[in-house]
Amino acid sequence: MAKFGKKKKGTPAISTASLPDIVFMLLFFFMVTTVMRETDLQINSPKLPSATEVKKLEQKSLVTTIYVGQAKETDKFGNKYNSIQLNDKIASPDDIPAFILNARLDVPEVNHPRMTTSIKADKQMSVGTLTDIRQRLRDVNALKLSLSTHKGSTISE
Amino acid sequence: MARRENPEINAGSMADIAFLLLIFFLVTTTMDVDSGISMKLPEKPPANYDPPKIKEKNIFEISINRNNDLFVDGDVMELKDLKGAAKKFIDNGGGIGNPMPGEEKGKECDYCNGDRDPESSDHPNKAIISIESDRAADYEVYVSIQNELRRAYTELRNELSLKKYKRTFDEIEEAYKKSGNKDENLERQVQVIKDSYPQIITDLDPTGTE
Repeated sequence: MAKFGKKKKGTPAISTASLPDIVFMLLFFFMVTTVMRETDLQINSPKLPSATEVKKLEQKSLVTTIYVGQAKETDKFGNKYNSIQLNDKIASPDDIPAFILNARLDVPEVNHPRMTTSIKADKQMSVGTLTDIRQRLRDVNALKLSLSTHKGSTISE
Repeated sequence: MARRENPEINAGSMADIAFLLLIFFLVTTTMDVDSGISMKLPEKPPANYDPPKIKEKNIFEISINRNNDLFVDGDVMELKDLKGAAKKFIDNGGGIGNPMPGEEKGKECDYCNGDRDPESSDHPNKAIISIESDRAADYEVYVSIQNELRRAYTELRNELSLKKYKRTFDEIEEAYKKSGNKDENLERQVQVIKDSYPQIITDLDPTGTE
């Protein structure tokens, strides 16, 4: 009977001792999922065009990215939106074959046909630049291409 | 003698430190998956390659000029009308197509809903869409045209798929992917639809120098 006689005194404080654990768990989650951008952008972050019929790029290790946009150093490269960035410097279209061949070194040969080149280009780029890139890619037989876009409608109906 | 208490490190600030790190990673994380319009480039032809002759009626000719105006077969067209025109062209089915895989002779398109106009494309697997764009045209316009053409194909594939298999092509593809690319029945269905409406979009190579 003594058990029932006991009365609780006040409301007990909620223990915050496990709070660090919870936070650490979240922390590890974000640490694992975070992908740091490997290259510093030498161009102003491109404003991607939008499209609805998009496909997700799978297998990040098979993707090589080419950035196109307006160079940050406008006095050196001009203010047009046609500067091509490979790795971490502005390059000319003629450097693309070497860039692709270099990227292939990291990938086993069986996967070469599945490698995709992703073009992250500003919507103000001129199509001529894209044509140049395409020609160079064909020269080295890098045939899978993805034009990076946002998801969204392009025309209002 | 002083009573010695068990010395304990104060762990109260641990949560603060962890929060700080957490916020840092929250801010730097980019969750967006890279997505885009996928294209397959044609292989580089050998030096003395003679391109096959294609009848003009089987080509849907799109051109973009330097002012970002859109022309289809020589006439101006608005972007919003492009999808309809492309669908009409692809789905025309006015003649004999190329032989389907596994068959020897080409036959008429028995699933097309088009006008069967003899002056337009013969068969979806013969219908070629070619894009010619001025070097100075905007990339944004080019992408939206590519997008509209892909929408035309998607809609045609979905319509056929609904008729044949009672579900849209997207759903079948999704289900096939979910089965780990193993379900043979679904694989066959995907292939049949893809062969019925193959995406033939080509970019014209630049001719001559500037």
